[in-house]
Amino acid sequence: MLTAVGFASVYIARKSHVSAASLTYAVFFFALYLAAHVVARFTVPNADPYLLPLAGLLTAIGLTEIYRLGPSNAFKQGLWVVIGVTVFALALVALRRDYRQLENYKYLFGLGAIGLLFMPLLPGLGQTVNGARLWIHFGGLQFQPGELGKIALIVFLAAYLREKREVLAQGRIKDWGPLLVIWGGAMLVLFATDDLGSALLYYGIFLAILYAATARLKFVAAFVGLFLIGSVAVYQGTPHVRERVINWIHPWTTHKVFCPLTGTMTLRQDCTSYQEVQSLYSIAHGGYGGTGLGSGVFTTAQGHPLIPYLSTDFIYSALAQELGLMGVSALLLIYMVFALRGFRVSLAANDGFSKLLAAGLTFGFALQTFVIVGGILRVIPLTGITLPFVSYGGSSVIANFLVVAGLMLVSDRANSS
Amino acid sequence: MNGQLNRLALVAVVMLAALIAATTYWQAWAAGSLAAKQDNAVELVSQFEVSRGLILAANGKTVLAANRKVKRNGQTFFFRRYPTHGMAAQTVGYSTSALSQTGLEESLNDYLTGSTTNLSNAIQRTLDRLGGGTVYGDNVVLTIKPQVQRLAQQLLGNRCGAVVAMNPRTGAIYALASSPTYDQNLIDKRGGYAKVLKTKGTCGDSSALLNRTTDGLFTPGSTFKMVTAAAALDSGAFTPTSGFNDPGYCVEYGKHVSNAGNPDQNGPETYGNVTLAQGFQHSINSVFCNVGKAIGAKTILDYAKKFGFYATPPLETPANQRVPSGLYQNGKLWFPKKPQYQVDPGRLAFGQERMQVTPLQMLMVASTIANGGVVPRPYIVDRVLGHNGSVVARTRASNLGRAIKPETASALTQMMVSVVQGGTGTAAQIPGIQVAGKTGTAETGINNVYTAWFVSFAPANNPKVAVAVVLEKQLNGFGGAVSAPIAKQILQKILHR
Repeated sequence: MLTAVGFASVYIARKSHVSAASLTYAVFFFALYLAAHVVARFTVPNADPYLLPLAGLLTAIGLTEIYRLGPSNAFKQGLWVVIGVTVFALALVALRRDYRQLENYKYLFGLGAIGLLFMPLLPGLGQTVNGARLWIHFGGLQFQPGELGKIALIVFLAAYLREKREVLAQGRIKDWGPLLVIWGGAMLVLFATDDLGSALLYYGIFLAILYAATARLKFVAAFVGLFLIGSVAVYQGTPHVRERVINWIHPWTTHKVFCPLTGTMTLRQDCTSYQEVQSLYSIAHGGYGGTGLGSGVFTTAQGHPLIPYLSTDFIYSALAQELGLMGVSALLLIYMVFALRGFRVSLAANDGFSKLLAAGLTFGFALQTFVIVGGILRVIPLTGITLPFVSYGGSSVIANFLVVAGLMLVSDRANSS
Repeated sequence: MNGQLNRLALVAVVMLAALIAATTYWQAWAAGSLAAKQDNAVELVSQFEVSRGLILAANGKTVLAANRKVKRNGQTFFFRRYPTHGMAAQTVGYSTSALSQTGLEESLNDYLTGSTTNLSNAIQRTLDRLGGGTVYGDNVVLTIKPQVQRLAQQLLGNRCGAVVAMNPRTGAIYALASSPTYDQNLIDKRGGYAKVLKTKGTCGDSSALLNRTTDGLFTPGSTFKMVTAAAALDSGAFTPTSGFNDPGYCVEYGKHVSNAGNPDQNGPETYGNVTLAQGFQHSINSVFCNVGKAIGAKTILDYAKKFGFYATPPLETPANQRVPSGLYQNGKLWFPKKPQYQVDPGRLAFGQERMQVTPLQMLMVASTIANGGVVPRPYIVDRVLGHNGSVVARTRASNLGRAIKPETASALTQMMVSVVQGGTGTAAQIPGIQVAGKTGTAETGINNVYTAWFVSFAPANNPKVAVAVVLEKQLNGFGGAVSAPIAKQILQKILHR
């Protein structure tokens, strides 16, 4: 409760920096958070008390920055947060008795995950954004089903590996079947959607849960090897992926190279790596203290945006400029605390499914943060996925609140017994 | 299973810690080098958030470049405006909203945006930023005298040419006028740049953006006789009273080089027996032709170097907007390896050959003579002031070393005085003041069309101002007739006569 008030006041203070009129946002958001808190108090009274405030804090930071970058987006994001909190509440209410019943539907989850992943490929439903087919749209709404697919996949893996972990550890070939299907599925998603980021994420989660369940590093090594082989094939066969890797290694050129976007010869930083490079400039401009919220440079003097996808994939570079090293280090520490709390939940859980579920959700959360922020910071090749809780995007918000719901359910059960 | 979970947690923590480390790298370690990158659009735009410093004339009141405040998406940007609509346009330059920059706007950008590293500056700027207030750049005060500059531009009118005036003792520039000129406010307007590019002077060239004072190359004609005479006297080869016989021509490589090619001559074509001083006074080509042959091209070029030729003249404008003077071969500055074989010393001596000069360089020659033989270092920025009025930087007058002996300088001064008193430059006479000057009327290759020069300083006994005037493509326009009157008015304006 105290934490709630604390972060809300921080939120209000930051909001009033941008504009006094936006106080209504803060009040509304605070009420929403209180509602979520009340639902949690009644359904999972013994749950970890830090998870929801941390999620709220991250959401608030994200909402604030989205508001600063484009007030109309903030309104939509606000609606998505309402939906996310509703889904969160529904999940808690529905599963408060025993979430472990999910285990019984593991194959449904597995198939559901694959179905969701492949949905954007369906003709008429899918949409290509920034070179990758990740989105579906009905009516005016865009949705990234892969985000929910991730959760379904974690549930399936946790359930399946809990059941088969002993036999897998002994190396019975036939039990590998479903896992290989999932591996093939992930690689296929990678091929078909041209999306390195999501594939990396699914695959990383898979390996983490596999390792947690079997404690066999050689399995992990074998699958990493398979992944590398697959990646090389993709690199050879997919120009989109190859471009990402080249942009990662050599974002700046001193001589002109062929630019596939314009068909002319130009410096790479003016062409394919423009986004990465300008995003790094944005981060560097922040320095230690940042420019302060609302004072960052994100548009040209004429008002045109400098960095595409700033409020979704690249929100970290916006935050880094305005909050500076101190601000985003604090932000990353929040992620770290959330991850540590998540693993604590996992450690405290009494049964295998709960442990694997909590570990999978938490590791997925940390890995997703690493993949997008690491991509922006040139630690790994850049792949466009969302920054949990902070990025603009409805599917991401809903999925992240489901992560919180899952962790709170697990921790409530562990702490109750 | 908890062992594995602990290890996974460690992996997650290491990944997130790596992100903090990487952020630290970009925001602390690499920030400086990224900020300096050419394509850094963030830094470019952030410059517009700084209230750019003003550019002021010497009186500290006339504003040559100011800001207009624009609010966009809740952010305040500062764009340039030029209240004088083109005073010293090519020198002040422009800074557009696309951040293309020229002139002092380009070369003084660090001062104007307050990004020069000066401790108190940096602290002030950080405080401004943290307080959410506007960051102010430093103001720049020039040595340009607005009344003189205005008069110079007015006198040039539509004619193509340049007027440069400076203090020959200190090198402080009073006026740098180049014509045709333009209004910098047009550059950022729709279609304005194209309009500027089309601006034509009477010479037919559409080159309003060219700063003719420092970036324009002209044949010096007889004004170069100042350099030849300096070499002749300073080397000890001749004295002002050395005798010459002028048959109306000079023999070079077995051919007659006729005086008729020199329209500066008011008197008879053939002078007969004259001294060097008289040859200078009446600008007799055959005399200088013989001087050149006697001392050789190398001596002349070596002295030219001492006056600053073959080096880009120092000034605060961008280096690519200044050019060195000297011999030019195929459009390139050229110093002959064997001048005795490669250069015609006779024609070089009276400023033809392939000699190309900037008005500023010729002004530096006259100023050196006025300054007792020491080349003053020209400058145009008097001081840089912080937003609170404190002096950030101030230019101290300095020189580029001695070119000629003081005796040579005073002998040359006497010769230049005689030009105005009773030679080719009488149109520059000012009652009560001794004016020293030298005319020049260079052939352009077109019959009766000349490049008309007048280079001068006054008062001759205590020089306070030096002026160089050049007019391009003047039909029957002799330096003494068209350029000397302009120089006279500029001298009068500065000396209040």
